[in-house]
Amino acid sequence: MSAPFRLPTGGHVDRARPIEFLFDGRVLTGYQGDTLASALLAHGVHRVATSVRLGRPRGVMSAGAEEPNALVQLEKPFPEPMLTATTVELREGLVARGLPGQGRLADEPDPARYDHQHVHCDVLVVGAGPAGLTAALAAARTGARVVLVDERPEAGGSLLGSNELLDHRPAREWIRGVAEELRSLPEVLVLERTTAFGAYDDGFFLALQRRTDHLGVAPETLVRQRVWRIRAKQAVVATGAHERPVVFAGNDRPGILLAASARAYLHRYGVVPGRRVVLFTTNDSAYSAVLDLADAGVRVATVVDARAEGPAERLAECAARGIEVRCGQFVTGTSGADRVAGVEVAAPGGEVTTIPCDALLVSGGWNPVVHLFGQARGTLRYAPALGAYVPAEPLPALRVAGSAAGVPDLAGCVRQGREAGNAAVAAAGFAVAADFPLPVSGARPEEVAGAVLWRVPDGKSLVDGDTRFVDLQRDATVTDVLRATGAGLRSLEHVKRYTTIGTAHDQGKTSGMLAAGIVADELGTDLARGRPTTFRPPYTPVPFAALAGRDRGELHDPVRVTAIHPWHVARGARFENVGQWKRPWYYPLPGESMDTAVLRECRAAREGVAMMDGSTLGKIDLQGPDAGTFLDLLYTTMMSTLKVGRVRYGVMCGVDGMVIDDGTVLRAAEDRWLVTTTTGNAAMVLDWMEEWLQTEWPHLTVFATSVTEHWVTVPLVGPCSREVLAAVAPGLDVGNDAFGFMTWRDTEVAGIPARVCRISFSGELAYEINVKSWYGLALWEALMAAGEPYGITPYGTETMHVLRAEKGYPIIGQDTDGTMTPQDLGMSWAVSKKKADFLGKRSFTRAENLRPDRKQLVGLLPVDPDLVLPEGAQLVGTEHLPEPPVRMLGHVTSSYRSAALGRTFALAVVRSGRERIGSTLYVPVEGRVVPVTVTESVLYDKEGARRDG
Amino acid sequence: MQLIRCPWCGPREEAEFRYGGQAHVPYPADPSALSDEEWARYVFFRDNPAGPFAERWSHSAGCRRWFNAVRDTVSHEFLAVYRLDEPRPVLP
Repeated sequence: MSAPFRLPTGGHVDRARPIEFLFDGRVLTGYQGDTLASALLAHGVHRVATSVRLGRPRGVMSAGAEEPNALVQLEKPFPEPMLTATTVELREGLVARGLPGQGRLADEPDPARYDHQHVHCDVLVVGAGPAGLTAALAAARTGARVVLVDERPEAGGSLLGSNELLDHRPAREWIRGVAEELRSLPEVLVLERTTAFGAYDDGFFLALQRRTDHLGVAPETLVRQRVWRIRAKQAVVATGAHERPVVFAGNDRPGILLAASARAYLHRYGVVPGRRVVLFTTNDSAYSAVLDLADAGVRVATVVDARAEGPAERLAECAARGIEVRCGQFVTGTSGADRVAGVEVAAPGGEVTTIPCDALLVSGGWNPVVHLFGQARGTLRYAPALGAYVPAEPLPALRVAGSAAGVPDLAGCVRQGREAGNAAVAAAGFAVAADFPLPVSGARPEEVAGAVLWRVPDGKSLVDGDTRFVDLQRDATVTDVLRATGAGLRSLEHVKRYTTIGTAHDQGKTSGMLAAGIVADELGTDLARGRPTTFRPPYTPVPFAALAGRDRGELHDPVRVTAIHPWHVARGARFENVGQWKRPWYYPLPGESMDTAVLRECRAAREGVAMMDGSTLGKIDLQGPDAGTFLDLLYTTMMSTLKVGRVRYGVMCGVDGMVIDDGTVLRAAEDRWLVTTTTGNAAMVLDWMEEWLQTEWPHLTVFATSVTEHWVTVPLVGPCSREVLAAVAPGLDVGNDAFGFMTWRDTEVAGIPARVCRISFSGELAYEINVKSWYGLALWEALMAAGEPYGITPYGTETMHVLRAEKGYPIIGQDTDGTMTPQDLGMSWAVSKKKADFLGKRSFTRAENLRPDRKQLVGLLPVDPDLVLPEGAQLVGTEHLPEPPVRMLGHVTSSYRSAALGRTFALAVVRSGRERIGSTLYVPVEGRVVPVTVTESVLYDKEGARRDG
Repeated sequence: MQLIRCPWCGPREEAEFRYGGQAHVPYPADPSALSDEEWARYVFFRDNPAGPFAERWSHSAGCRRWFNAVRDTVSHEFLAVYRLDEPRPVLP
């Protein structure tokens, strides 16, 4: 299909490489180097999207990242919502459609790769326009490490969209020279298609690089997008300026473009916006657009200049081209359906003339792009001549140069760029290089100062169907702004939130300043005394996939597995995640449900022999002459009196007296101890030890080292465990007298050096066998073989939980929640009365901790012995629920089916729980209220007869 | 991403550090000698100034050492870092 608005020559697209694409179901062609927007405009397609709230047709308004309107949904090569057509590079196979407000996220996994890269530099330059290029060159010539990032496919910035001459040659030749020199310097990194989207503390910047889309089909191995994490000693921000529109009735019709953007479409892509064009301007700069378009053969009907007096030289050039200029007039309205067809023009109070056209160019001046400076908390000041905010003072490590700093002319931009580059590189510690000659600009100077005009004065008050759009993406109008000020809002931040102006994908790049101006006019306030709304990252939208980088799927979080893991997998274990650990949850036999498997595993542990992989238990090696003293301070239990060869259970509290962990402490030698922690608490406990050792008790000589992964730990549990151990540890006297409860022995198990402890977390006779991790699998297999005659059964965490719950052993973090004391858990026996002090001791006598109605750990037996109460269920005192609020007495913390008890049971924390033993409470469960009997927390083998076998 | 100067490792990214609350709040020499109120002050109460604040920090993903810092809670600027065995520096 031919592209009637593409000129036969001109622009910098590659006409030898046509590209076919699909837009809204139409097959269209563009060229390599086009954006989706330029290719659409070449076909005369102005209407791209439909506005989100009012459903009005919307077209392409700009040629860059500031685009408020032309949002598209990409369908192919991969679905991506909310992209601006002005920044999507055209490529083969592209399928896109205009957005009716909102897009859709892909419902399939993104096959592309994303990653992050760190870079450190002396000077970061953001923007490769005229100011950025001279800044980068000045810095780079000193030998400093310079990073230059630019969001466009090629360097040049605003020069790309013009036909300006530099040094009497096309500006592109000068750009190419500078870019080539920068690229040749070994310490310089030039990143194209890279948007610096965030400026953070201490010279930290984030930038998004788009690396493959423009290639069309790219090898899968290439990273599609990369987030650069840049740490710069100094930064020069030369991000240019966005042209500002003017608000008037009907300013949202497709075919209404910013003037410089229309000029950019002409010079970059050889595309003209229409056949018959009108310009509405408040300043000289926009004249270049229509003069260039006229020279390219476009009929320019009229220039409407809001100023009383126009620029003489430019007026003469217009006259020479037969362009009518109306000074002191305004565009007061537009007409047209899917595209502008006519413009209404009038002097204030004068007669309205309608001028037919198919494109209207608008320029209300320029807004310096101060986003990064603002994000870095730079102070802005209002420049009345520009009608915009500019940086007030440079930051210590961030300078703004060029039109981003409000410099209006090309010569000024290149000069200020070089100055900023010199200043930045000097501040980074380099001797400034000799000044290079600045290019001589052929650009025409400003003749008549621009007028600041937020909206065409029309005297209209609140009306329905207002079409004077301030924020086109949010469909927010002048009426909406006036409604906000009328409601009493004064702060711009409040107006922004009330009207939603500036909160769309474009973050108000074209609308924010207009809203500020209209509010100031309305309230009679001075913009110089206010400030714009806060700039926050990101400057342009960043895909979550890019932010996630490689931290996806299995690389999202480290996975920790024990030395025995392959055996568990081969045995068909189901796993559960405990922190980063994969722990066997249960080992179903073929056809077995979880309930059946767990009952079978529990029965084996209580009646025969069973074993589990307990290697994930946190283990901390404590060494030093003061380790015993330290443990006495850390645990509620007395530890220093423990004899070598023995093990003691301990509870650890915070200074507030609440339990934070528990475990066993083993004394390996006079000055060496092994502390075990809950699996999920290992890192916390090590940190806790370090904190106290370093900050409060530096006089204690103690060294704490994590040895969790050094040891494989296998609890061998059950009445037959003694026989199994005896079979593989012939050198060990396994008798109860020789090897008593809570002692340990070093021996050989299956020929492997091992430390065996008589510890039980099930109440059964049990041995905990520890070997170096390398031998873990060998140990496990040897135990399985030796236990085979006894029907040895591997069990997982679920069975472990049931066995310990039957014995009333709490799991810190499951049965406790940071508000439970050892006394609440019924563990006063583990709290030393002899020690002068330990962490938490003083809190035990606080009035709050002595209240009789504290929640206490108890057991529950549902009256229905087959009902498994949901963990987390609330306990109430009455069978019939009263009107809310209902008084809650506590909640279920653990709940299981017990093989040993032949019924279900639960643990719970209940107000005055121990006083309620024997009484009936009620649990609302799925619309019913079920009765439960409160019992002691120990439900099985209360006398402890089983632990010695 | 702020840089924090660890006294042992030099400037590192803030993500490597863990905050430890107000500094110079020593564990009482004899908690049993304190009234409930005095003990509660130690356990639960901390200052919350707008401005310079002496804090504890741990280089938890680095050398794992604790240190003290004076930080301006308004600007987040670190005005000084110092070792635990050094006195709080006098700032201008």
